[in-house]
Amino acid sequence: MKGSTLVILVVGLAVLFWQVARARAYQFGGSGKFGSLPAQHGWFAALWVLLPSLAFLAAWQINAPGMVTDAVLRDPAAAALPPTGLTRASLLAEARALANGTATGAFHGLARDLARRYATVQVRFNWIATAATLGLALSAGFAALAKVHSGFRARSQVERLVTLLLLGASLVAILTTAGILASLFWESGRFFSLVSPGQFLLGTHWSPQSIDPAAPGDSLGSLPLFWGTFFIGAGIAMAVAVPLGLLSAIYLSQYAASTTRRVLKPALEVLAGVPTVVYGYFAALTVAPAVRHLGMALGYADASGESALAAGLVMGIMIVPFISSVSDDSLAAVPSAMREASLALGATPAETVRHVLLPAALPGIAGGIMLAVSRAIGETMIVVMAASGVATLTANPFASTSTVTRQIVDLLTGEQTFDSPKTLAAFALGLALFGVTLCLNLAALGLVRRYRERYD
Amino acid sequence: MTVKMSARHVSAYYGDLRALDDVSIDIDTQHVTALIGPSGCGKSTLLRLLNRMNDAVPGARVEGSIELDGQDIHARDMDVVELRARVGMVFQKPNPFPKSIYDNVAYGPRIHGLARGRGELDAVVETSLRRAGLWDEVKDRLDDRGTALSGGQQQRLCIARALAVDPEVILMDEPCSALDPIATARIEELIGALRGRYAIAIVTHNMQQAARVSQRTAFFYAGRLVEYGDTSDIFTNPRATSTKDYITGRYG
Amino acid sequence: MIALACLAFLVATIAVDGVTGFVRTTVALPVDLTHLPVDARTLTGRSANLALTGAGLERSVDAAATRAFGSDGPTLLGDGAWLTVRDAVRRHPDLLARPFVIHVPVTSAIDIAYKHGTGSGPVLARMQQLKPALDSEFDRDFFTSSDATDPTRAGIWGALKGSLLTIAVTLLLATPIGVAAAVYLEEFARPSRWTGLIEVSINNLAAVPSIIFGLLGLALFLGTLGMPRSAPLVGGLTLALMTLPVIVITARGAIRQVPPSLREAAMGVGASPVQLVFHHVLPLAAPGILTGAIIGGARALGETAPLLLIGMRAFIAAAPDGLTRPATALPVQIFLWSDQVDGGFVENTSAAIIVLLLLLLVLNGGAVYWRARAERRS
Repeated sequence: MKGSTLVILVVGLAVLFWQVARARAYQFGGSGKFGSLPAQHGWFAALWVLLPSLAFLAAWQINAPGMVTDAVLRDPAAAALPPTGLTRASLLAEARALANGTATGAFHGLARDLARRYATVQVRFNWIATAATLGLALSAGFAALAKVHSGFRARSQVERLVTLLLLGASLVAILTTAGILASLFWESGRFFSLVSPGQFLLGTHWSPQSIDPAAPGDSLGSLPLFWGTFFIGAGIAMAVAVPLGLLSAIYLSQYAASTTRRVLKPALEVLAGVPTVVYGYFAALTVAPAVRHLGMALGYADASGESALAAGLVMGIMIVPFISSVSDDSLAAVPSAMREASLALGATPAETVRHVLLPAALPGIAGGIMLAVSRAIGETMIVVMAASGVATLTANPFASTSTVTRQIVDLLTGEQTFDSPKTLAAFALGLALFGVTLCLNLAALGLVRRYRERYD
Repeated sequence: MTVKMSARHVSAYYGDLRALDDVSIDIDTQHVTALIGPSGCGKSTLLRLLNRMNDAVPGARVEGSIELDGQDIHARDMDVVELRARVGMVFQKPNPFPKSIYDNVAYGPRIHGLARGRGELDAVVETSLRRAGLWDEVKDRLDDRGTALSGGQQQRLCIARALAVDPEVILMDEPCSALDPIATARIEELIGALRGRYAIAIVTHNMQQAARVSQRTAFFYAGRLVEYGDTSDIFTNPRATSTKDYITGRYG
Repeated sequence: MIALACLAFLVATIAVDGVTGFVRTTVALPVDLTHLPVDARTLTGRSANLALTGAGLERSVDAAATRAFGSDGPTLLGDGAWLTVRDAVRRHPDLLARPFVIHVPVTSAIDIAYKHGTGSGPVLARMQQLKPALDSEFDRDFFTSSDATDPTRAGIWGALKGSLLTIAVTLLLATPIGVAAAVYLEEFARPSRWTGLIEVSINNLAAVPSIIFGLLGLALFLGTLGMPRSAPLVGGLTLALMTLPVIVITARGAIRQVPPSLREAAMGVGASPVQLVFHHVLPLAAPGILTGAIIGGARALGETAPLLLIGMRAFIAAAPDGLTRPATALPVQIFLWSDQVDGGFVENTSAAIIVLLLLLLVLNGGAVYWRARAERRS
């Protein structure tokens, strides 16, 4: 039986048990005054039908493909498979596709034999899954039903289950973080067994297209990438975004008439909602050629159509609304008494902004800028579309520069085998990127929180 | 005269701050007990302890024992939900649910399963609204939102909501402080009418109100129960000087 | 203000390019299919396409083009020209009985030359010769067809459907889990090291670069769990993990807005914490939660990078018909088209961007409207 059919069946069972338990509870009139309602007895039974069987089904769906493959490999025909490598994997994949009916013809005789085996094993496993799931649902359901009698506190039982479910949901965030760390560390660990961390972090030559299998580390030095990332994300983009964002925040919060504010604020929010692929397209199609002409005019003969400046400029524009809104919030958090005190001393509004508001709001703004940097160096689409695939260690904004995110995308698209130094390098880059952004985020969040506490 | 709830040597803390210091007091059935005293004297804290509303306050802690019909309300087998159903509460500011008038009153009976079927529920709603003296004003607009009523009506709706669960004790935390004098008079009248069926404890800042509605009065000062006795005694012949100063308006 | 000027400029460039992307150039082509060995009565059901193709319809159309425009005639027509003829014949089988004139799409170079007057000399010259026969029409196929190698035939339906499936998975997972997590953190969790860890995780995850989620999806869903590549299911799961913190944070904000007096009221009549949440807190917080879900969904809808890594960048010429079928998404399609050399894809890209931006505008506008209405009501 298919997984989705099973789920529907289990849900149906749950509804049935809900009805039965409720009807039973009605017979003895609930659990006395202020006891549990019949419907709560129903929920108790329904949850017991649902939770164990669905948990089992989920675990099964995750583990079943591996178990099926293992069973197939025990078949005598599987002995003919090559022991390791791509051919083995592709033969197995072909056999699986044949068995599932997603492929029509077989290229290899062996795959056809294995496909038959696959089909029988899958049918057997399917029956086991169906029987186990339904058995679990029914036995848990009857066990729950047996508990339904007057005086049984169904409500507190149900509520404990619900609370546990809610707790489980909030653990997903931790599991995600753990999953990120585990997958990055695991794959990077394999990478660093091939390439030494020193070579990777400090090497200045990056050309994954021409890896020498004997010494992969020689062409996987990531220093130019990190330089390019910071040059574009923390340098050029911030040079554009910080002044623009800050000025627009000051203007909006201190000078703008309320009607202007009503129009401009949503407009900035719209700017923040534009997908990055659109910015990337804009950068590649409009800004990059213009920057190249500008570079030529300024005498840079090697001005590139994939320059750091083009990507950085557009990234800066993308970040402006973010900086603006964070700064706006920080300025708004400064107690108005401070502002009024300054004005009352005869300071002009400009002096008040410069000498009172900005210094007071500085920690919040600094935290916002750190978050913006974290966002800029993690930004992918703009650099994939407008920056270069060739990593060079240069401070010339018109030259082509590459970034970490761009390289991750380049390394992981196209044909993949999971254990070449090339693809593993992407995970090592990801780990470094995650580490840097994690530090920036934590520092920024700490700064912003301390700042908030000061004025709350 | 029967004791409905009794507190023995109760102390309460919010973090390090002691809000109540070794208080012992009885709440009797068919009596209105007024808790009076200056702001921050612990009278509201005591009221909230009686149906464990302070459980949800972070850092709040309580010592001593509180009993309802001789049963410890902090005992393990005491369900706090059942306790709150038996000990109803009316708050300082009227706080009807943003639902219809009918649903406001019907909510308690619904979650406790006190009425079977629509007919019984209708009856419970009507009785509760009648007892709260609100029925004639709202019987034609039961589907209107509870928040659309006037302040005094909202507070009577909240009382009706508490009555619908058929409680044994009703706690009132300055129920008239947000109301105008006419609405206040109606609530006081209502309290008098309800006295025969319930044990009522009311926190109030208004001395005249305490004198008008209560039979028993407890005077709190700085977390301590200074004086407790018949209302007529306390108001005519206070023993402690602080009580006398307070009820004569020297401070408070 | 400069930023806004940039926005205006961006929208303007894309709009100028994009509007023409919804229009295609056609040429009036006289066709005579009377000799085609097909019986008009057999043209029913699924076999009709096969019958027409087998009878050599494509060759007949090419021949018609040669007769009409000279020896280079077939190269002037778009790849899909004969399909237009085929569909017309299927709709009106009587066309087989007599010569007729039909408007068919032209090749991408002529299309651009006609719309913008740009292109190489010979192309422009050829376009001038054809001009009397050329015409523009609204490109309905752009919304109903999928990716193709010929820009005049490529459409966004496949990518759009892929996007919708992906977002459906994302929201169906992220919204309930996110709301449940928010409820737990706001209503049940007591301050402890664990809750602190959860909070830090959520706040940090909200700021983790999206590409890291792509790496997670690649390693976890494709690597460890062996799910199919390029599938909307995997894309949706990956984006759900990315959207989750956004939803948790907005839902917590909405829950915190529920006035404490209401909590006391519910507790005062003996509602348990769980009843308090489901009867009072969630209904009141619903508009705010919904707004958060829409904003999260909009963000996921515009997201590209993680989808690239889990393989949703393949050339896929058919709309996906299941959650585990290979698919692409609208922003990925934009990225793929923007990389194409053929000039005709510039228009397609811009037109697809317009569709994406309109979609986002509708979503965000809906969220704003919903929130305003909810605020008015309470």
